[in-house]
Amino acid sequence: MEITEIKIIGGVDKCGNPENVKELIVKKGEIFGVVGPTGSGKSNLISDIEQLSQGDTVSGRKIMINNEVPSSDMRRDPRKRRIAQLSQNMNFLADMTVEEFLIMHAKSRGINSEGLVDKVIELANNLTGEPIKKDYNLTILSGGQSRSLMVADVAVISDSPIVLIDEIENAGIKKHEALELLAGYGKIVMVITHDPVLALMTNRRVVMKNGAMTEIIETSDEEKEVSKRLNDLDGWMLSMREKVRHGEKLSIGDIQNTCKTC
Amino acid sequence: MKVVIVAGTPGAGKTSVMTHTIKQLQKKGKKTAVIKIDCLYTDDDVRYGKLGVPTLIGLSKDMCPDHFAIYNIEEMVEWAKEQNTDTLIIETAGLCHRCAPYTKNSLGVCVIDATSGPNTPRKVGPFLTSADVVAITKGDIISQAEREVFRERVLEMNPNCTIYDVNGLSGQGCAEIAEEITEAKDITDLENELLRHNAPLSVCTLCVGETRIAKKYHRGVLRRIDGFTKYVGE
Repeated sequence: MEITEIKIIGGVDKCGNPENVKELIVKKGEIFGVVGPTGSGKSNLISDIEQLSQGDTVSGRKIMINNEVPSSDMRRDPRKRRIAQLSQNMNFLADMTVEEFLIMHAKSRGINSEGLVDKVIELANNLTGEPIKKDYNLTILSGGQSRSLMVADVAVISDSPIVLIDEIENAGIKKHEALELLAGYGKIVMVITHDPVLALMTNRRVVMKNGAMTEIIETSDEEKEVSKRLNDLDGWMLSMREKVRHGEKLSIGDIQNTCKTC
Repeated sequence: MKVVIVAGTPGAGKTSVMTHTIKQLQKKGKKTAVIKIDCLYTDDDVRYGKLGVPTLIGLSKDMCPDHFAIYNIEEMVEWAKEQNTDTLIIETAGLCHRCAPYTKNSLGVCVIDATSGPNTPRKVGPFLTSADVVAITKGDIISQAEREVFRERVLEMNPNCTIYDVNGLSGQGCAEIAEEITEAKDITDLENELLRHNAPLSVCTLCVGETRIAKKYHRGVLRRIDGFTKYVGE
């Protein structure tokens, strides 16, 4: 089934008052942002979508797919749910190599893993400064490596029409590239973020407060320009990080010559 | 009377999952009673008691908690009937990972912790392989990919179960388990009820208190490390 849009029908906030935003439709190809302070209910919103809630969660929200109530089959079986999620937590506990893990994951999604392992690792290595090798044990991967691997995994193995991302910013990976990779091929992407670079990369964003959707903000052209500049800054920051990581010393020249925005 | 038997690895979150599930059952107007079977100590009766449901605890002491549960099942069902309830939830500690507590007409619910790693489903016994419903907890701590791999391993061991990702803190997924319970069949003829799988083999002198370890003192069904099993005794 082709998924062309998801609709979130508003529920109630933490005190039981109706949400300000009654209805939110995100269409295929759109990158949508979710912003708001800690504890405002961002992760719950994402989790409502992940579960395809039908008024049976704390928020009382209902999720429609292509303007219809999703089948109980789709709700119950994650293989049929076709939603990829990148959560804040990305601790690997599986005692196996990157290669074994990717092969098993492909199997659990019912796809042929031939050639996939190299493809995932190559994409992942484009996003992080610390290359991953396929015979590495999963448990030794750093935060950045794990994130990159999962982003690449979502792009290739759990390739789903709906992608939910919960605070991808905390791991020192190339965010723009990561988001572009995930948003590719006309997906519906929802990003929770405190990061201005990511927030402004979206077309629209919903503001969360006290467990409820309170407002939808359209990203203006001016904000898009701000986003570009912030991204340059971010890339520069990442390059500084790489230098420090590789034992190099930084100088004032690094700031003056490298950062276009400064 | 519906009988739900809940088993799982220690610390997986059986009690947390069941408290949220009971809340959902209460919303549906069901009258639930809970019995917690443990070995030495439990204060789960306090946690269950807060829900306002009749609660009983059974301590099996030095006996296998699942064997203890099986010997006492008639009394437990009788007790639940006296409490004027329609659903009895028996949560058992089952510590050897080889336990087989479910009966044919009960709803067997296995609670297993995703952070224990994808090899765990291969290391545990009939409480996973003969369960109707498998609740996977703590999935929010790991990545979706790792959750899917864990799920695949569970299905390899028990292809017929229904799996739910459950969060013992928020109660996410417990509504579905409550739904499974309301759809489960009743146990009508307890006298002819059967276990789904035989309980683990343990008929030896150690079972009745022998502490000497030399080979010559052992009697009963003895299995050697080379795989040879024999009976020693009269």
